[in-house]
Amino acid sequence: MCLDQIKAGEEVVIKEILDNAAKTQFIRFGIGEGSTVVCHSKIPFGPVILKKNRQEIAVGRELARTITVERSGYGKKRHRRG
Amino acid sequence: MARKDTAVVKTTHGGHSHTGSLALDVPEGSKKIVLVGNPNVGKSVFFNYFSGLYVDVSNYPGTTIEISQARYGKDAVIDTPGIYGVSSFNDEEIVARDIILSADKVVNVIDAVHLERDLFLTVQLIDMGLPLIVALNFMDEVEEHGLKIDVDLLSDLLGVPVIPTAAIRKQGLAEVAAALPEAREGHQDPFLHKKLHEMLSRVGSQPEALIVLEGDTYVAARHGVSPGNDREEIYVRRRERVNDIVSHVVSDVALTETIRQKVGRLVLNPVAGIPILAVILYGLYQLVGVLIAQIVVGVTEGQIMQGYWEPFIRGIVEPVISQKTALGTILIGEFGVLTMTITYLLGLLLPLVLGFYMALALMEDSGYLPRLATLVDRVLNAIGLNGRAVVPIILGFGCVTMATITTRLLGTEREKTIATAILQWAIPCSAQLGVITVLLARIGGPYILLYIGIIFMTLAVIGTVLSRALPGKSSPLLIDLPPLRLPRPDNVVRKAVTRTYAFMKEATPWFFVGALVVSVMQVTGMLNAWQNAWAPITTGWLKLPKEAAIAFVMGLVRRDFGAAGLFEMSLTPMQTVVSLVTITLFVPCIASLMILFKERGLKQAVPIWIGSLVLAFGLGGILAQLLI
Repeated sequence: MCLDQIKAGEEVVIKEILDNAAKTQFIRFGIGEGSTVVCHSKIPFGPVILKKNRQEIAVGRELARTITVERSGYGKKRHRRG
Repeated sequence: MARKDTAVVKTTHGGHSHTGSLALDVPEGSKKIVLVGNPNVGKSVFFNYFSGLYVDVSNYPGTTIEISQARYGKDAVIDTPGIYGVSSFNDEEIVARDIILSADKVVNVIDAVHLERDLFLTVQLIDMGLPLIVALNFMDEVEEHGLKIDVDLLSDLLGVPVIPTAAIRKQGLAEVAAALPEAREGHQDPFLHKKLHEMLSRVGSQPEALIVLEGDTYVAARHGVSPGNDREEIYVRRRERVNDIVSHVVSDVALTETIRQKVGRLVLNPVAGIPILAVILYGLYQLVGVLIAQIVVGVTEGQIMQGYWEPFIRGIVEPVISQKTALGTILIGEFGVLTMTITYLLGLLLPLVLGFYMALALMEDSGYLPRLATLVDRVLNAIGLNGRAVVPIILGFGCVTMATITTRLLGTEREKTIATAILQWAIPCSAQLGVITVLLARIGGPYILLYIGIIFMTLAVIGTVLSRALPGKSSPLLIDLPPLRLPRPDNVVRKAVTRTYAFMKEATPWFFVGALVVSVMQVTGMLNAWQNAWAPITTGWLKLPKEAAIAFVMGLVRRDFGAAGLFEMSLTPMQTVVSLVTITLFVPCIASLMILFKERGLKQAVPIWIGSLVLAFGLGGILAQLLI
């Protein structure tokens, strides 16, 4: 599955980031291959906004298509409820 | 307030004198204290505390990036642009990198709420072997976010002093200053030692050795060595180390969503986000478009410059050099260097540019700008740009010249070309917008929609065509969304003033050159010849009165002059639309043309310039043939 397919509130593990420049920037922001992130929100047809702890990162839709992720469950909030 | 730094810390990384391009002069024997941090960590509050009253602001050579420097006791304090890591991915990083490489001591400001992100840079600075102290800022927000931070443990793990601060409340600033002599090298990654040792013998200093190992081609070239290809390995290790430190020092007390975060979420929500955007844009329009462009400029341009300055300077020059002579025309004539140019620069441009930079600083400091970029990313993708291009486009409505300069912040050459072309062709600057609004208001609703529709369609078509035609790929959006914060008025003003100064310094000579060119044309009779040459196109093709040709030439000097020239003519509503479309798409003013040539080079500037002429007269003519 690719990052552009995740839904708001969903939690995923980053598997592979193809773009090298993006990979470097992601590592600086605190996200590497193997990190768990939550989808904060999605702009329709636009960027995916990721959240890791208190960090929010906007990823353009085209870039999100090149990032492989794996579903790992739902964000803590939803998890508690259901 | 400055304290003497008597305990001189020995730098073990000598030999950084050949960082070459560093423009900042520091007196012999004084130390360079460099402030480093991620964007939006409150670094400027620290700089202001250290610097006191006298600050030297200069453009870093070859860039628009302003570097502030000040004396602190016998030492120098230098601010750097906000960065997430030391390397050469963009202009900001290149500038910060060179200043950091020349540092004797580093004060690293980090955001306590975003330690995972900020400590990456901290650990990199430690691995560079730089004497460091860390200012752990926003400690006042830690509790609000449901966090607890063990400051002593953080200091132990890093091996450098860590001072908790809340800069906005002036807490901890004095403690940071007092801790300066204690700056020291932290615990470096042992894994790097062997590699560093090898590289060290070739480049001479540990900071540079690390940067080369991490694959920095610029620094490697400076030393004639080949860049390392260990970046990913080093970065991944560093990330793991940072995560490990964070897991030890930070404890989640409660995962609460603060009000700020709720607002942040609302701003990005498509249903609420668009109305919020509309309200913000309306507010900015009221501030810049009404208060500054109309009320303030009315006073500065109309009353002060045209009312006092021009008669004053004419009174001085006239007795010596008559206005009727060639030199007199050039100096104090209609387009005079001392009359129109000065009035334009100080009366119109200065307040406008200041106003736009204030609006930009407000949006930046509040954290709204990155969210706006996220919101409009998709729309700008369609014309080959990403969300970040929203900055030059907004500024373009203020002054196209100013906006053309800021296209430098875009990621690739391709994006810079597209953004520049759009600015030069389809974005009317505020000076022009004012006159256009008045003319449109005269002719009423449907015609206004027609004009706006045509301009927007042109913009979309140009962008799409360029995006398809230009080779390569545009860079994707990948930005950090900082928390929403109330902007501090003093910071907003300081930032706006610094940028306005840098802009005025860069653009002013070109306005003089432009005025000079037109004056010489006027004196030599070329202006008349030019006007006559255009006449057939004006009357035959555009179906406008002959005098409209004058307006087009005037548009070269100042875009609003062009539109203003149409005031006195009696035009039918359709003629008004045709002439306004032509004027809008027509070449921008001579100053922005100069900047266009400077920024994009002959090879791109000439096609953009010719293209604007073809587009303006082509589209204007087609409209005229269809509608009039």
